[in-house]
Amino acid sequence: MTVTYVPPTAVLDVLRLLTEGPQPGVVLNSPPGAGKSTAVTYMAHHLARHGDQVRVVAQTNSQVDDLVAKIAAVDPGITVGRYTAYGYPVPATLAASNILIANRFPDLRQAAIVVATAAKWLDPVITERGPWAIIDEAYQMRSDTLLRLASTFERAAFVGDPGQLDPFSVVNVDRWTGLAWSPLQSAVAAMLANNPDIPERQLPRSWRLAPHTAIPVSDAFYPFAPFESAPEQGAREMWMPTRSLGNSPADRAIEHAAANGWAFYELPRRHTVRTDAEAVAAVVALAVRVLERGTMLRDERHPDGARVTADRVAIGVAHRDQMAAIKTGLAETAYPNIRVDTANRLQGSEYDIVIVLHPLSGRRDATAFHLESGRLCVLTSRHRHACIVVARDGIPDLLDAHPSADPVPFNTQPRFPNGWEANQALLEHLIAHRIRAL
Amino acid sequence: MSLLTSLARAHASDQAVAQRLTTVRHLHVSSEPLVFVPLAMAGEAHAPLAVMIGTSPDTPELLTVAQPRNRDQQVAFAYELAKIFAAYITPRTNRRLPVRAGASGVQYRCADAPQVWVPNRAGVEFIRILGRSTRLRRSTGEWAVPRNIPVMGKWLTFLADRAEYAGSAMLVAATDALTLHWATGQSTEEDQHLPAVLGWIAPPPGMTGRDAARACENPLKVPPAGPATDPSFDNGILEPLLAAYHQAASPAASRIAEDKIRKELRKQLDGTWHRMWQAITLLRDPSLPAGAHVGVRWERDLDAFTQAADWIATSPGAQPKRDSAVYAARRLYWLERAQQQYDAERAFDDPMVMAEARMIGEAFVGTVIAAVPNRRVGRSLRPLITVSTTDAISLAAGESGLRRPELLDQKTTVVSVTRDGDTVMVELELREGMGSGREPRPGTVPAVGDSVCYSLFKDDYRRAPTLPRKEDTPWTHGGPPKPYLPTEQDAQEPWS
Amino acid sequence: MKELTARLDALRGDTEPQSLDARAISSIVGNPGCGRRNLLDAAGIDKDELARAIRHPMYAKPSRMVLARGAQFEAQVKASGGAQLLTLLREDIGLSIPEAEHEDLKTIGGNEGKLARYRNTVQRLTAVARSAQDGGTLFDHPYLKITVAGYDVFLEPDLVAVKSGGKFYIVEVKSFSVIDGQAPAAAVEGAELQAAVYVYALRELLRSHGFDEDLVADEAIFVCPQNFINKPFAARVNVRNQVAAVRRMLMRMHDLDTILSNLPAGLTFALRGPAGSRSAEELKAGLRLVPARYAPSCLDTCEMARFCRSEEQGSTAVLGRQVREELALDTIGEVVGLARGTRLPGPDQVEQAELLRRAQQYRDELLGSLM
Repeated sequence: MTVTYVPPTAVLDVLRLLTEGPQPGVVLNSPPGAGKSTAVTYMAHHLARHGDQVRVVAQTNSQVDDLVAKIAAVDPGITVGRYTAYGYPVPATLAASNILIANRFPDLRQAAIVVATAAKWLDPVITERGPWAIIDEAYQMRSDTLLRLASTFERAAFVGDPGQLDPFSVVNVDRWTGLAWSPLQSAVAAMLANNPDIPERQLPRSWRLAPHTAIPVSDAFYPFAPFESAPEQGAREMWMPTRSLGNSPADRAIEHAAANGWAFYELPRRHTVRTDAEAVAAVVALAVRVLERGTMLRDERHPDGARVTADRVAIGVAHRDQMAAIKTGLAETAYPNIRVDTANRLQGSEYDIVIVLHPLSGRRDATAFHLESGRLCVLTSRHRHACIVVARDGIPDLLDAHPSADPVPFNTQPRFPNGWEANQALLEHLIAHRIRAL
Repeated sequence: MSLLTSLARAHASDQAVAQRLTTVRHLHVSSEPLVFVPLAMAGEAHAPLAVMIGTSPDTPELLTVAQPRNRDQQVAFAYELAKIFAAYITPRTNRRLPVRAGASGVQYRCADAPQVWVPNRAGVEFIRILGRSTRLRRSTGEWAVPRNIPVMGKWLTFLADRAEYAGSAMLVAATDALTLHWATGQSTEEDQHLPAVLGWIAPPPGMTGRDAARACENPLKVPPAGPATDPSFDNGILEPLLAAYHQAASPAASRIAEDKIRKELRKQLDGTWHRMWQAITLLRDPSLPAGAHVGVRWERDLDAFTQAADWIATSPGAQPKRDSAVYAARRLYWLERAQQQYDAERAFDDPMVMAEARMIGEAFVGTVIAAVPNRRVGRSLRPLITVSTTDAISLAAGESGLRRPELLDQKTTVVSVTRDGDTVMVELELREGMGSGREPRPGTVPAVGDSVCYSLFKDDYRRAPTLPRKEDTPWTHGGPPKPYLPTEQDAQEPWS
Repeated sequence: MKELTARLDALRGDTEPQSLDARAISSIVGNPGCGRRNLLDAAGIDKDELARAIRHPMYAKPSRMVLARGAQFEAQVKASGGAQLLTLLREDIGLSIPEAEHEDLKTIGGNEGKLARYRNTVQRLTAVARSAQDGGTLFDHPYLKITVAGYDVFLEPDLVAVKSGGKFYIVEVKSFSVIDGQAPAAAVEGAELQAAVYVYALRELLRSHGFDEDLVADEAIFVCPQNFINKPFAARVNVRNQVAAVRRMLMRMHDLDTILSNLPAGLTFALRGPAGSRSAEELKAGLRLVPARYAPSCLDTCEMARFCRSEEQGSTAVLGRQVREELALDTIGEVVGLARGTRLPGPDQVEQAELLRRAQQYRDELLGSLM
């Protein structure tokens, strides 16, 4: 893993624009697995050389912990501050001697780089303004948070994945619709609406998604800013060391996914409740089967091959009740700890194999929630090796009957692609990998 | 929309009559509400055509505008309306009672606040727009209007703004108030039609709710509840009468034409007027006692009203046209907080609302089957209890968000969840909220045999965020806004 | 295609096909999966008349006062050679339009037949399209054509097409008002879908004459009255997603074969037969043969909605899409039966039955005497 990082032009551009450009901000868009945290790490070190403390903002504590570990590992001579809430249990991974952990900001004065969640940066608000900030997962941050945070830096790089889910609020009012500073948008959307001249750059290659995976994801969710799979990552391989007894559809789906990166495991057409018992059972069975069969993989991280372990498998769903039903199902298997989560919470994570319960499976009508492109994008772009999508037959008809286009209020920009288009495009791709469950 | 309310809709459709959704009323109902039924002039940009208004079912006042493009008539209409609002609101701003003595001494709060009822959500929007069209006017200068008009505009704007807060009861859409408590056998889209909703809930004798609701769909028989008028009324009645009014050759002829218009508008409004009072009466029914937190929410309304009264009395300015970045962020915090409080309080007040959380496995009701009240971990008191429930819980060991409605400051951690057929045993570790003695304060640890409810609802006090001053609005949000000053144009904007 | 047209003609009977306007086309987008509506619209059947004949009339008719007011505002904006409009397009929208004239394509020398008007529009617009420069002309009332289920449908929009920066823009004057930059959501939604129909039609026109369809901008421009005064306000909105939705919906309209193949050969919805007026019962029996997809939103957009709703009584569809989704069953009888335990769940219904029984149990326990 100690390969010298060669920053892509986009990262160098962003640094130049941030330090010398006419605008106080710059956006670095990062498609799934495009090396976002590596870029953030590089940028933090680069800016630290200017002599002033660099502030890094992430959205969740686990994002912060991951970044701190990564940034600290680059250069033991650079002190990295982990600014925490009082009483936060810092994980053991942050034991390096150049990591300084404190819950009071003045105690971090000697750190060259300080990392904290947005919430921590705001509690209490740091009154002295720093010259640089790098805001990670900036599309997950809400505009009102940025409004408060902006007093803590002179210039900032906003890094994040524009294809993921927008931030959320329990209130739904339209009094701010059309305002450039509407607090209900993402931080990046608000900043760009107020500063249309802010430059944007994009990381061009995904290190997570292999070529056969990157293309459909790029086509469906990033058609206007396509990306490709990084060729340097070399070949990916996944295989089953044992032949399956019999030839069950589940085994065929797993084998197909191992060979092709995708499988679309289709159950018979039926309208169901959200917690469709057959679909839940199929998801559980697939996850268990992948592990039971001792699935092996080989990639740049494991050049000699490695067995897929339960912590490298995840199950993604749209609704919390589906999550609960699947967890209940898994509890009775040998692998009760496989991660099951909703799209919102899977954002930013990465696994070797991801099994997805398609949001439209068994539905009668496609609602805006089910069609949201960010949701499907998150679910189908978490995997390094294979993604198995489980769904009831009938989704093409469902989409066909709902060619919807969300209204665009005055003074706002529509989302491209919209949810319908993205769903349709991905489905066309998946149909080619269909394995029928019966 | 939850399965419980959907099931109630199915029953309503099956039995052709509305079904109850709640055990209690979740809305404060004033002893002296102001009912406001507006009609807008078709085709005009939000121009009032008529308003029926009053605090007693027997004595509505009818205000009409025969010519909405005539500024004098608009001003006269607004002036009369403003008088009615002032007569309703001003006494309430004056009568104040002392409440809790804070660091700054005794605080006084208005003892009552206005409660304005409109037929539906479009009526709320009508109030908002009418507020917008009147609050920026000036009482001096070339385009002067009577002073009470901009004051009314500020109040209407306040009411419409307040209506965005979950659980606020100062501006109420009758359809929403009814469908919060009853499920009809029709869709939510159709539920915005007040006569139909009332048809489902209280059909005339000998008629099913469905038939009563369907009968109300014919606008010739039952005029719509506004603010949009029935197009066939526009085409067949109003348009010819307006033409006659315009062509009137003498003041007398014009008065006759105007009387006819008023007569016809009264006919359009009468039915809705009575239905509004029918809705209020239904909600006052003793079978719908107020939930325990209804009063608490009304007190929040009283606080907001008191602040607004002071502001309107002392500030020469009006609410701006749109929110600034800083104000919008602050308001979002308060709206989110109101929503969370509203959701939690309704669940605490009403087992039917709590049942929605039980349906999705995020709350349960059960019986304590084991308790170790004096258990300590190190020096800390950490009682353990085990609750047996048949609710389908979806929570796992490690969950630390469960609270009892009666004891919200007591925290819990789920130690284990054991299933035995349909029965689930939940083992909980308790901390805090038990007093500082050696043993838990009596009543703070449930005893074996007690029936308990645990849910994820809590009154989570999150400190209001520190926001920049408006003049420090950062570049990310457009920089400091230009201070808003009402312009000449605002003063002279016609109503249509 | 000929065969299809013949069958559709037979369904309609002797009357002239009802021409669809953009409003009708755009409202199909709200429920494109409805075979009944698609078939009736494709056949050009007058749904308003038909709904009356089967005694399920649609009540809402346009208010003349609304129409008059809209026409008045439009006239104001377009007066004096579109002077106000031009100022808006230049100053508020930032289009560069050289010295401009207003040309109304509605009136051409004497001959106002549909085809002649269409040819005239084609001729004028393609000439500008061919030119490297932006023509300085505001083309009012272009006559457009699209193909719906094999029929040529002519559209006569109240719009202005103007070329600026090498692109054609569609400019529509609307009568809903904008207050402090915000317009009513439902009005905006409808306007955008209609504009999308026009963008699509204009693209078809140019494409069929050898031009690149990118020549028509994705952005439509709306001109509305603002803030209680008649000073016009212009907004530029990207309707690319709407155009895509309209295109897909029109493609679907061509695919009526499956529906038609399931209908008896002699079926017709002509209101009059050889023996005089057809009875409501006869017409309804025919309609029942065509599968519909009722949703409550149809009540605002389709003349047949009240009939469909009465047909669907007992189906969970009448309760709305979200409720139906939650109930996950087709009929109200199933929902109530499973909830009360008076009906045995089918193999597909076991889980839902359990949830419903639980919900019913809470209702019984907690509401008890109040129910």
